[in-house]
Amino acid sequence: MSAAAKIELRDVWKSFDGKPVLAGVDLKVMTGESLVIIGGSGTGKSVTLKCILGILHHDRGDVLIDGVPIGRLDRRGFLRHFGMLFQGGALFDSLTVWQNVAFRRRHGRKPLPRREARDLAIEKLRRVGLGPETADLYPAELSGGMQKRVGLARAIATDPQVIFFDEPTAGLDPIMASVINDLIRELVSEMGATAITITHDMTTVRTVADHVAMLHGGKVRWAGLVGEIDTAGDPYLDQFIHGRAEGPIEAVR
Amino acid sequence: MFLPRFLALFLASIGRSAIGLLRGAGRLTLFALETVSHLFRPPWYPVEIGQQLLRIGYFSLPVVGLTALFTGGALALQIYAGGARFNAETVVPSIVAIGIVRELGPVLGGLMVAGRVSSSIAAEIGTMRVTEQIDALTTLSTNPMKYLVLPRVLAATLTMPLLVAISDVVGVFGGFLVGVERLGFNPAAYIRNTVDFLEPSDIISSLVKAAVFGFVLALMGCFHGYHSGRGAQGVGQATTNAVVSASILILAANYLLTEAFF
Repeated sequence: MSAAAKIELRDVWKSFDGKPVLAGVDLKVMTGESLVIIGGSGTGKSVTLKCILGILHHDRGDVLIDGVPIGRLDRRGFLRHFGMLFQGGALFDSLTVWQNVAFRRRHGRKPLPRREARDLAIEKLRRVGLGPETADLYPAELSGGMQKRVGLARAIATDPQVIFFDEPTAGLDPIMASVINDLIRELVSEMGATAITITHDMTTVRTVADHVAMLHGGKVRWAGLVGEIDTAGDPYLDQFIHGRAEGPIEAVR
Repeated sequence: MFLPRFLALFLASIGRSAIGLLRGAGRLTLFALETVSHLFRPPWYPVEIGQQLLRIGYFSLPVVGLTALFTGGALALQIYAGGARFNAETVVPSIVAIGIVRELGPVLGGLMVAGRVSSSIAAEIGTMRVTEQIDALTTLSTNPMKYLVLPRVLAATLTMPLLVAISDVVGVFGGFLVGVERLGFNPAAYIRNTVDFLEPSDIISSLVKAAVFGFVLALMGCFHGYHSGRGAQGVGQATTNAVVSASILILAANYLLTEAFF
Protein backbone atom coordinates (compact mmCIF):
# COMPACT_ATOMS: atom_id res chain seq x y z
CA MET A 1 0.00 0.00 0.00
CA SER A 2 1.44 3.39 -1.00
CA ALA A 3 1.71 6.22 1.57
CA ALA A 4 -0.86 9.03 1.42
CA ALA A 5 0.28 12.05 -0.55
CA LYS A 6 1.07 15.14 1.51
CA ILE A 7 -1.20 17.18 -0.75
CA GLU A 8 -3.68 15.76 -3.23
CA LEU A 9 -6.28 17.34 -5.50
CA ARG A 10 -8.95 15.09 -6.98
CA ASP A 11 -11.12 16.43 -9.77
CA VAL A 12 -11.15 19.96 -8.33
CA TRP A 13 -13.41 22.53 -9.98
CA LYS A 14 -13.60 26.25 -9.36
CA SER A 15 -15.55 28.86 -11.31
CA PHE A 16 -15.76 32.63 -11.11
CA ASP A 17 -18.98 34.25 -12.37
CA GLY A 18 -19.87 31.00 -14.11
CA LYS A 19 -16.52 30.79 -15.90
CA PRO A 20 -14.57 27.66 -14.89
CA VAL A 21 -10.94 28.34 -14.04
CA LEU A 22 -10.24 24.88 -12.64
CA ALA A 23 -12.13 22.16 -14.52
CA GLY A 24 -11.15 18.90 -12.88
CA VAL A 25 -7.60 19.32 -11.60
CA ASP A 26 -5.84 16.18 -10.34
CA LEU A 27 -2.51 16.63 -8.57
CA LYS A 28 -0.44 14.70 -6.06
CA VAL A 29 2.56 15.96 -4.09
CA MET A 30 4.42 13.47 -1.91
CA THR A 31 6.12 14.43 1.35
CA GLY A 32 9.45 16.15 0.81
CA GLU A 33 8.80 16.59 -2.90
CA SER A 34 9.12 19.88 -4.77
CA LEU A 35 6.40 20.32 -7.38
CA VAL A 36 6.44 23.22 -9.80
CA ILE A 37 3.17 24.16 -11.49
CA ILE A 38 3.56 25.94 -14.82
CA GLY A 39 1.05 27.33 -17.27
CA GLY A 40 0.04 30.53 -19.01
CA SER A 41 -1.50 33.52 -17.28
CA GLY A 42 -5.06 32.89 -16.15
CA THR A 43 -4.78 29.10 -16.21
CA GLY A 44 -5.58 28.85 -12.50
CA LYS A 45 -2.19 28.34 -10.90
CA SER A 46 -2.78 30.82 -8.07
CA VAL A 47 -6.38 29.63 -7.71
CA THR A 48 -5.06 26.09 -7.22
CA LEU A 49 -2.81 27.26 -4.37
CA LYS A 50 -5.62 29.26 -2.77
CA CYS A 51 -7.97 26.26 -2.97
CA ILE A 52 -5.37 24.12 -1.20
CA LEU A 53 -5.03 26.76 1.50
CA GLY A 54 -8.79 27.16 1.86
CA ILE A 55 -8.54 30.90 1.05
CA LEU A 56 -10.84 30.05 -1.86
CA HIS A 57 -13.46 27.32 -1.61
CA HIS A 58 -13.51 24.91 -4.52
CA ASP A 59 -16.88 24.13 -6.09
CA ARG A 60 -16.39 20.40 -6.60
CA GLY A 61 -13.86 17.65 -5.99
CA ASP A 62 -11.54 16.95 -3.07
CA VAL A 63 -8.49 18.69 -1.68
CA LEU A 64 -6.70 16.37 0.74
CA ILE A 65 -3.84 17.10 3.12
CA ASP A 66 -2.22 13.92 4.48
CA GLY A 67 -5.29 12.12 3.15
CA VAL A 68 -7.73 14.30 5.11
CA PRO A 69 -10.19 16.52 3.19
CA ILE A 70 -9.51 20.18 4.02
CA GLY A 71 -13.10 20.58 5.22
CA ARG A 72 -12.32 18.17 8.09
CA LEU A 73 -8.72 19.28 8.58
CA ASP A 74 -7.45 21.11 11.67
CA ARG A 75 -6.69 24.15 9.53
CA ARG A 76 -4.90 26.08 12.26
CA GLY A 77 -2.74 23.04 12.93
CA PHE A 78 -1.87 22.76 9.24
CA LEU A 79 -1.08 26.47 8.94
CA ARG A 80 1.23 26.29 11.95
CA HIS A 81 3.58 24.18 9.85
CA PHE A 82 3.09 26.12 6.65
CA GLY A 83 4.94 28.98 4.96
CA MET A 84 4.26 30.94 1.80
CA LEU A 85 6.20 33.38 -0.34
CA PHE A 86 3.74 35.65 -2.17
CA GLN A 87 4.29 37.03 -5.65
CA GLY A 88 4.54 40.66 -4.49
CA GLY A 89 6.08 39.74 -1.14
CA ALA A 90 2.87 40.71 0.73
CA LEU A 91 4.99 42.17 3.50
CA PHE A 92 3.08 44.20 6.09
CA ASP A 93 3.87 47.86 5.35
CA SER A 94 3.29 49.02 8.89
CA LEU A 95 5.78 46.58 10.41
CA THR A 96 9.56 46.58 10.22
CA VAL A 97 11.44 43.82 8.46
CA TRP A 98 12.16 41.87 11.64
CA GLN A 99 8.55 42.20 12.79
CA ASN A 100 7.42 40.81 9.43
CA VAL A 101 9.79 37.86 9.66
CA ALA A 102 8.93 37.10 13.28
CA PHE A 103 5.19 37.79 12.82
CA ARG A 104 4.04 34.27 13.51
CA ARG A 105 6.39 33.92 16.48
CA ARG A 106 5.07 37.17 17.96
CA HIS A 107 1.37 36.49 17.31
CA GLY A 108 1.17 32.73 17.72
CA ARG A 109 -0.19 30.70 20.59
CA LYS A 110 2.96 31.13 22.68
CA PRO A 111 4.36 34.51 21.62
CA LEU A 112 8.11 34.90 21.92
CA PRO A 113 9.47 37.85 23.89
CA ARG A 114 10.46 40.78 21.66
CA ARG A 115 14.23 40.34 21.97
CA GLU A 116 14.11 36.61 21.30
CA ALA A 117 11.81 37.09 18.30
CA ARG A 118 14.10 39.77 16.90
CA ASP A 119 17.16 37.51 17.27
CA LEU A 120 15.32 34.72 15.49
CA ALA A 121 14.29 37.07 12.69
CA ILE A 122 17.87 38.26 12.26
CA GLU A 123 19.03 34.64 12.04
CA LYS A 124 16.43 33.91 9.33
CA LEU A 125 17.40 37.10 7.49
CA ARG A 126 21.00 35.97 7.56
CA ARG A 127 19.89 32.64 6.12
CA VAL A 128 18.50 34.42 3.06
CA GLY A 129 21.55 36.63 2.69
CA LEU A 130 20.40 39.81 4.44
CA GLY A 131 22.39 41.50 7.20
CA PRO A 132 21.07 42.64 10.60
CA GLU A 133 21.11 46.25 9.36
CA THR A 134 17.95 45.49 7.35
CA ALA A 135 16.04 44.33 10.43
CA ASP A 136 14.73 47.75 11.45
CA LEU A 137 13.90 49.00 7.95
CA TYR A 138 10.35 49.11 6.62
CA PRO A 139 9.42 47.07 3.51
CA ALA A 140 9.00 50.27 1.44
CA GLU A 141 12.69 51.01 2.01
CA LEU A 142 13.80 47.75 0.37
CA SER A 143 14.44 46.84 -3.28
CA GLY A 144 12.26 44.21 -4.99
CA GLY A 145 14.92 41.52 -4.54
CA MET A 146 15.35 42.33 -0.86
CA GLN A 147 11.58 42.24 -0.35
CA LYS A 148 11.50 38.76 -1.91
CA ARG A 149 14.25 37.65 0.46
CA VAL A 150 12.38 39.05 3.45
CA GLY A 151 9.26 37.23 2.23
CA LEU A 152 11.34 34.08 1.99
CA ALA A 153 12.72 34.59 5.50
CA ARG A 154 9.14 35.01 6.78
CA ALA A 155 8.05 31.86 4.94
CA ILE A 156 10.77 29.76 6.58
CA ALA A 157 10.64 31.46 10.00
CA THR A 158 8.96 28.49 11.68
CA ASP A 159 10.78 25.76 9.70
CA PRO A 160 7.54 24.73 7.99
CA GLN A 161 6.76 21.28 6.65
CA VAL A 162 4.95 22.70 3.63
CA ILE A 163 5.97 25.80 1.66
CA PHE A 164 4.28 27.48 -1.30
CA PHE A 165 6.11 29.86 -3.61
CA ASP A 166 3.93 32.06 -5.81
CA GLU A 167 5.96 33.40 -8.78
CA PRO A 168 9.11 33.73 -6.66
CA THR A 169 11.16 35.42 -9.39
CA ALA A 170 8.49 37.69 -10.92
CA GLY A 171 9.81 41.21 -11.42
CA LEU A 172 13.41 40.36 -10.55
CA ASP A 173 16.48 40.76 -12.76
CA PRO A 174 18.01 37.48 -14.01
CA ILE A 175 20.85 37.49 -11.48
CA MET A 176 18.57 38.14 -8.50
CA ALA A 177 16.12 35.56 -9.90
CA SER A 178 18.93 33.02 -9.99
CA VAL A 179 19.92 33.85 -6.41
CA ILE A 180 16.30 33.40 -5.23
CA ASN A 181 15.96 30.10 -7.17
CA ASP A 182 19.14 28.72 -5.60
CA LEU A 183 17.98 29.83 -2.15
CA ILE A 184 14.61 28.14 -2.58
CA ARG A 185 16.23 24.89 -3.71
CA GLU A 186 18.71 24.98 -0.83
CA LEU A 187 16.04 25.75 1.78
CA VAL A 188 13.63 23.12 0.53
CA SER A 189 16.35 20.43 0.46
CA GLU A 190 17.76 21.51 3.82
CA MET A 191 14.39 21.49 5.61
CA GLY A 192 13.00 18.45 3.80
CA ALA A 193 9.84 20.45 3.22
CA THR A 194 7.09 19.67 0.74
CA ALA A 195 7.04 22.56 -1.72
CA ILE A 196 4.72 23.80 -4.44
CA THR A 197 5.96 26.59 -6.66
CA ILE A 198 4.02 28.32 -9.39
CA THR A 199 5.98 30.11 -12.05
CA HIS A 200 6.36 31.07 -15.71
CA ASP A 201 10.12 31.10 -15.39
CA MET A 202 11.76 28.00 -16.89
CA THR A 203 14.99 28.66 -14.94
CA THR A 204 12.96 28.38 -11.74
CA VAL A 205 11.42 25.14 -13.02
CA ARG A 206 14.79 23.56 -13.76
CA THR A 207 16.36 24.75 -10.48
CA VAL A 208 13.56 24.13 -8.01
CA ALA A 209 11.45 21.24 -9.32
CA ASP A 210 11.52 17.52 -8.65
CA HIS A 211 8.22 17.18 -10.48
CA VAL A 212 6.43 19.50 -12.90
CA ALA A 213 2.73 19.85 -13.67
CA MET A 214 1.42 22.00 -16.48
CA LEU A 215 -2.05 23.55 -16.18
CA HIS A 216 -3.99 24.32 -19.33
CA GLY A 217 -7.71 24.65 -19.95
CA GLY A 218 -8.46 24.18 -16.26
CA LYS A 219 -6.82 20.73 -16.11
CA VAL A 220 -3.38 19.26 -15.60
CA ARG A 221 -2.22 18.97 -19.19
CA TRP A 222 1.05 17.20 -18.38
CA ALA A 223 2.79 16.00 -15.21
CA GLY A 224 6.11 14.29 -14.77
CA LEU A 225 9.70 14.51 -13.57
CA VAL A 226 11.59 17.71 -14.31
CA GLY A 227 14.13 15.72 -16.31
CA GLU A 228 11.40 14.60 -18.70
CA ILE A 229 10.04 17.97 -19.77
CA ASP A 230 12.34 18.32 -22.79
CA THR A 231 11.52 14.87 -24.13
CA ALA A 232 7.86 14.62 -23.12
CA GLY A 233 6.63 15.26 -26.65
CA ASP A 234 3.51 17.09 -25.49
CA PRO A 235 2.89 19.94 -27.96
CA TYR A 236 1.42 22.24 -25.28
CA LEU A 237 4.31 21.67 -22.90
CA ASP A 238 6.79 22.00 -25.73
CA GLN A 239 5.37 25.32 -26.83
CA PHE A 240 5.31 26.64 -23.26
CA ILE A 241 8.85 25.66 -22.26
CA HIS A 242 10.30 27.05 -25.47
CA GLY A 243 8.14 30.17 -25.33
CA ARG A 244 6.93 29.84 -28.93
CA ALA A 245 4.15 32.09 -30.19
CA GLU A 246 2.99 29.39 -32.61
CA GLY A 247 1.43 26.22 -31.33
CA PRO A 248 -1.73 24.80 -29.79
CA ILE A 249 -1.79 27.41 -26.98
CA GLU A 250 -3.37 30.58 -28.30
CA ALA A 251 -0.97 33.50 -27.82
CA VAL A 252 -3.81 35.94 -27.18
CA ARG A 253 -6.14 34.78 -24.46
CA MET B 1 -44.75 43.34 -28.62
CA PHE B 2 -42.28 46.06 -27.74
CA LEU B 3 -44.09 47.25 -24.60
CA PRO B 4 -44.29 43.90 -22.73
CA ARG B 5 -40.63 43.26 -23.47
CA PHE B 6 -39.66 46.72 -22.23
CA LEU B 7 -41.79 46.21 -19.12
CA ALA B 8 -40.19 42.82 -18.46
CA LEU B 9 -36.69 44.29 -18.79
CA PHE B 10 -37.65 47.20 -16.55
CA LEU B 11 -39.06 44.90 -13.86
CA ALA B 12 -36.04 42.60 -14.16
CA SER B 13 -33.67 45.50 -13.58
CA ILE B 14 -35.64 46.56 -10.47
CA GLY B 15 -35.58 42.96 -9.26
CA ARG B 16 -31.84 42.70 -9.83
CA SER B 17 -31.23 45.93 -7.91
CA ALA B 18 -33.44 44.77 -5.04
CA ILE B 19 -31.67 41.40 -4.87
CA GLY B 20 -28.29 43.15 -5.00
CA LEU B 21 -29.32 45.46 -2.17
CA LEU B 22 -30.56 42.56 -0.03
CA ARG B 23 -27.42 40.58 -0.75
CA GLY B 24 -25.27 43.56 0.26
CA ALA B 25 -27.28 44.07 3.45
CA GLY B 26 -26.95 40.37 4.26
CA ARG B 27 -23.20 40.39 3.73
CA LEU B 28 -22.83 43.51 5.86
CA THR B 29 -24.92 41.99 8.66
CA LEU B 30 -22.86 38.78 8.65
CA PHE B 31 -19.66 40.85 8.61
CA ALA B 32 -20.88 42.89 11.59
CA LEU B 33 -21.95 39.79 13.53
CA GLU B 34 -18.63 38.07 12.87
CA THR B 35 -16.77 41.19 14.00
CA VAL B 36 -18.72 41.37 17.25
CA SER B 37 -18.33 37.63 17.84
CA HIS B 38 -14.53 38.02 17.86
CA LEU B 39 -14.89 40.32 20.85
CA PHE B 40 -15.77 37.25 22.93
CA ARG B 41 -13.29 34.80 21.39
CA PRO B 42 -9.53 34.96 21.98
CA PRO B 43 -6.90 35.65 20.86
CA TRP B 44 -7.10 39.43 21.08
CA TYR B 45 -4.43 41.83 19.92
CA PRO B 46 -4.08 44.57 22.58
CA VAL B 47 -1.17 46.28 20.79
CA GLU B 48 -3.23 46.71 17.63
CA ILE B 49 -6.22 47.91 19.66
CA GLY B 50 -3.98 50.46 21.42
CA GLN B 51 -2.59 51.71 18.11
CA GLN B 52 -6.08 52.14 16.70
CA LEU B 53 -7.28 53.96 19.81
CA LEU B 54 -4.50 56.43 19.19
CA ARG B 55 -5.00 56.70 15.42
CA ILE B 56 -8.78 56.90 15.45
CA GLY B 57 -9.35 58.69 18.73
CA TYR B 58 -6.44 60.95 19.54
CA PHE B 59 -5.62 62.03 15.99
CA SER B 60 -9.25 62.90 15.24
CA LEU B 61 -9.35 65.41 18.09
CA PRO B 62 -8.32 68.49 16.06
CA VAL B 63 -10.87 67.80 13.32
CA VAL B 64 -13.72 67.17 15.74
CA GLY B 65 -12.73 70.03 18.05
CA LEU B 66 -12.49 72.65 15.31
CA THR B 67 -15.76 71.49 13.75
CA ALA B 68 -17.52 71.84 17.11
CA LEU B 69 -15.95 75.22 17.91
CA PHE B 70 -17.08 76.87 14.66
CA THR B 71 -20.47 75.15 14.71
CA GLY B 72 -21.12 76.35 18.27
CA GLY B 73 -20.22 79.91 17.26
CA ALA B 74 -22.37 79.88 14.13
CA LEU B 75 -25.26 78.32 16.03
CA ALA B 76 -25.17 81.11 18.64
CA LEU B 77 -25.36 83.74 15.91
CA GLN B 78 -28.22 81.99 14.09
CA ILE B 79 -30.27 81.45 17.24
CA TYR B 80 -29.71 85.03 18.29
CA ALA B 81 -30.86 86.26 14.87
CA GLY B 82 -33.90 83.95 14.90
CA GLY B 83 -34.74 84.64 18.56
CA ALA B 84 -34.59 88.42 17.99
CA ARG B 85 -37.62 88.12 15.69
CA PHE B 86 -39.84 87.34 18.68
CA ASN B 87 -37.76 88.92 21.47
CA ALA B 88 -36.31 85.62 22.66
CA GLU B 89 -32.56 86.37 22.40
CA THR B 90 -31.99 84.98 25.89
CA VAL B 91 -32.59 81.41 24.73
CA VAL B 92 -29.19 81.38 22.97
CA PRO B 93 -27.20 79.55 25.73
CA SER B 94 -29.81 76.84 26.27
CA ILE B 95 -30.54 76.19 22.59
CA VAL B 96 -26.83 76.15 21.72
CA ALA B 97 -26.23 73.63 24.50
CA ILE B 98 -29.14 71.41 23.52
CA GLY B 99 -28.40 71.68 19.80
CA ILE B 100 -24.75 70.85 20.22
CA VAL B 101 -25.11 68.09 22.81
CA ARG B 102 -28.17 66.29 21.46
CA GLU B 103 -27.62 66.71 17.74
CA LEU B 104 -24.75 68.60 16.16
CA GLY B 105 -21.91 67.35 18.35
CA PRO B 106 -22.46 63.65 17.64
CA VAL B 107 -23.70 64.04 14.05
CA LEU B 108 -21.08 66.47 12.79
CA GLY B 109 -18.39 64.68 14.80
CA GLY B 110 -19.52 61.38 13.31
CA LEU B 111 -19.53 62.73 9.78
CA MET B 112 -16.11 64.37 10.16
CA VAL B 113 -14.60 61.21 11.66
CA ALA B 114 -16.29 59.17 8.92
CA GLY B 115 -14.52 61.34 6.35
CA ARG B 116 -11.19 60.97 8.10
CA VAL B 117 -11.31 57.44 9.48
CA SER B 118 -13.65 55.37 7.27
CA SER B 119 -11.71 56.45 4.21
CA SER B 120 -8.32 55.70 5.71
CA ILE B 121 -9.47 52.31 7.04
CA ALA B 122 -10.98 51.36 3.67
CA ALA B 123 -7.86 52.48 1.79
CA GLU B 124 -5.53 50.67 4.18
CA ILE B 125 -7.43 47.38 4.32
CA GLY B 126 -8.24 47.61 0.59
CA THR B 127 -4.55 47.99 -0.23
CA MET B 128 -3.80 45.05 2.04
CA ARG B 129 -6.40 43.05 0.12
CA VAL B 130 -5.02 43.82 -3.34
CA THR B 131 -1.39 43.29 -2.28
CA GLU B 132 -2.31 39.90 -0.74
CA GLN B 133 -1.37 41.02 2.78
CA ILE B 134 -4.74 39.74 4.04
CA ASP B 135 -4.06 36.33 2.46
CA ALA B 136 -0.61 36.47 4.06
CA LEU B 137 -2.19 37.02 7.47
CA THR B 138 -4.31 33.91 6.95
CA THR B 139 -1.28 31.83 6.01
CA LEU B 140 0.44 33.12 9.16
CA SER B 141 -2.35 31.59 11.28
CA THR B 142 -3.82 35.01 12.04
CA ASN B 143 -7.51 35.70 11.49
CA PRO B 144 -7.74 39.02 9.58
CA MET B 145 -11.09 39.77 11.18
CA LYS B 146 -9.49 39.57 14.62
CA TYR B 147 -6.26 41.33 13.70
CA LEU B 148 -7.54 44.06 11.37
CA VAL B 149 -11.27 44.54 11.76
CA LEU B 150 -12.03 44.09 15.47
CA PRO B 151 -9.32 46.51 16.74
CA ARG B 152 -10.54 49.27 14.41
CA VAL B 153 -14.24 48.78 15.15
CA LEU B 154 -13.63 48.49 18.89
CA ALA B 155 -11.35 51.54 18.96
CA ALA B 156 -13.84 53.68 17.05
CA THR B 157 -16.76 52.55 19.22
CA LEU B 158 -14.84 53.33 22.41
CA THR B 159 -13.26 56.62 21.35
CA MET B 160 -16.18 58.28 19.60
CA PRO B 161 -18.06 58.94 22.89
CA LEU B 162 -14.90 60.53 24.30
CA LEU B 163 -14.40 62.59 21.15
CA VAL B 164 -18.01 63.69 21.16
CA ALA B 165 -17.89 64.55 24.87
CA ILE B 166 -14.95 66.82 24.14
CA SER B 167 -16.67 68.15 21.03
CA ASP B 168 -19.81 68.95 23.07
CA VAL B 169 -17.75 70.98 25.54
CA VAL B 170 -15.83 72.75 22.75
CA GLY B 171 -19.05 73.42 20.80
CA VAL B 172 -20.74 74.96 23.83
CA PHE B 173 -17.56 76.95 24.43
CA GLY B 174 -17.72 78.21 20.80
CA GLY B 175 -21.26 79.43 21.49
CA PHE B 176 -20.09 80.97 24.76
CA LEU B 177 -17.27 82.87 23.03
CA VAL B 178 -19.60 84.32 20.41
CA GLY B 179 -22.35 84.94 22.95
CA VAL B 180 -20.07 86.84 25.31
CA GLU B 181 -17.70 88.58 22.89
CA ARG B 182 -20.03 89.29 19.99
CA LEU B 183 -23.55 89.31 21.40
CA GLY B 184 -22.80 90.84 24.80
CA PHE B 185 -24.07 88.06 27.10
CA ASN B 186 -22.93 88.06 30.70
CA PRO B 187 -20.41 85.18 31.03
CA ALA B 188 -21.71 83.89 34.36
CA ALA B 189 -25.33 84.05 33.20
CA TYR B 190 -24.43 82.28 29.95
CA ILE B 191 -22.77 79.41 31.82
CA ARG B 192 -25.59 79.20 34.37
CA ASN B 193 -28.20 79.05 31.62
CA THR B 194 -26.28 76.33 29.84
CA VAL B 195 -25.74 74.15 32.89
CA ASP B 196 -29.24 74.58 34.28
CA PHE B 197 -30.89 73.71 31.02
CA LEU B 198 -28.99 70.53 30.18
CA GLU B 199 -30.34 67.23 31.51
CA PRO B 200 -28.50 63.94 32.03
CA SER B 201 -30.60 62.37 29.25
CA ASP B 202 -29.18 64.94 26.78
CA ILE B 203 -25.65 63.83 27.59
CA ILE B 204 -26.53 60.12 27.56
CA SER B 205 -28.22 60.51 24.18
CA SER B 206 -25.11 62.27 22.83
CA LEU B 207 -22.73 59.58 24.03
CA VAL B 208 -24.91 56.66 22.90
CA LYS B 209 -25.19 58.22 19.45
CA ALA B 210 -21.43 58.70 19.36
CA ALA B 211 -20.75 55.04 20.20
CA VAL B 212 -23.18 53.85 17.51
CA PHE B 213 -21.68 56.24 14.95
CA GLY B 214 -18.18 55.04 15.86
CA PHE B 215 -19.21 51.44 15.31
CA VAL B 216 -20.89 52.29 12.00
CA LEU B 217 -18.07 54.36 10.53
CA ALA B 218 -15.33 51.85 11.38
CA LEU B 219 -17.45 48.92 10.25
CA MET B 220 -18.13 50.54 6.88
CA GLY B 221 -14.44 51.31 6.39
CA CYS B 222 -13.48 47.73 7.23
CA PHE B 223 -16.30 46.17 5.20
CA HIS B 224 -15.58 48.07 1.99
CA GLY B 225 -11.81 47.73 2.38
CA TYR B 226 -12.08 44.01 3.07
CA HIS B 227 -14.19 43.48 -0.05
CA SER B 228 -12.21 45.90 -2.18
CA GLY B 229 -11.94 45.23 -5.91
CA ARG B 230 -8.65 44.80 -7.70
CA GLY B 231 -6.12 47.52 -8.37
CA ALA B 232 -6.01 51.22 -7.60
CA GLN B 233 -9.53 51.70 -8.99
CA GLY B 234 -10.92 49.01 -6.68
CA VAL B 235 -9.32 50.62 -3.63
CA GLY B 236 -10.53 54.08 -4.70
CA GLN B 237 -14.06 52.77 -5.13
CA ALA B 238 -13.92 51.05 -1.74
CA THR B 239 -12.82 54.30 -0.11
CA THR B 240 -15.62 56.29 -1.72
CA ASN B 241 -18.21 53.65 -0.84
CA ALA B 242 -16.99 53.58 2.76
CA VAL B 243 -17.38 57.32 3.28
CA VAL B 244 -20.71 57.57 1.47
CA SER B 245 -22.30 54.57 3.17
CA ALA B 246 -20.93 55.52 6.60
CA SER B 247 -22.32 59.05 6.23
CA ILE B 248 -25.75 57.85 5.13
CA LEU B 249 -25.93 55.21 7.85
CA ILE B 250 -24.88 57.77 10.48
CA LEU B 251 -27.67 60.10 9.42
CA ALA B 252 -30.21 57.25 9.34
CA ALA B 253 -29.06 55.93 12.73
CA ASN B 254 -29.22 59.48 14.08
CA TYR B 255 -32.89 59.73 13.18
CA LEU B 256 -33.69 56.34 14.74
CA LEU B 257 -31.78 57.16 17.92
CA THR B 258 -33.37 60.59 18.14
CA GLU B 259 -36.76 58.90 17.91
CA ALA B 260 -35.70 56.48 20.63
CA PHE B 261 -34.57 59.28 22.97
CA PHE B 262 -37.43 61.62 22.02
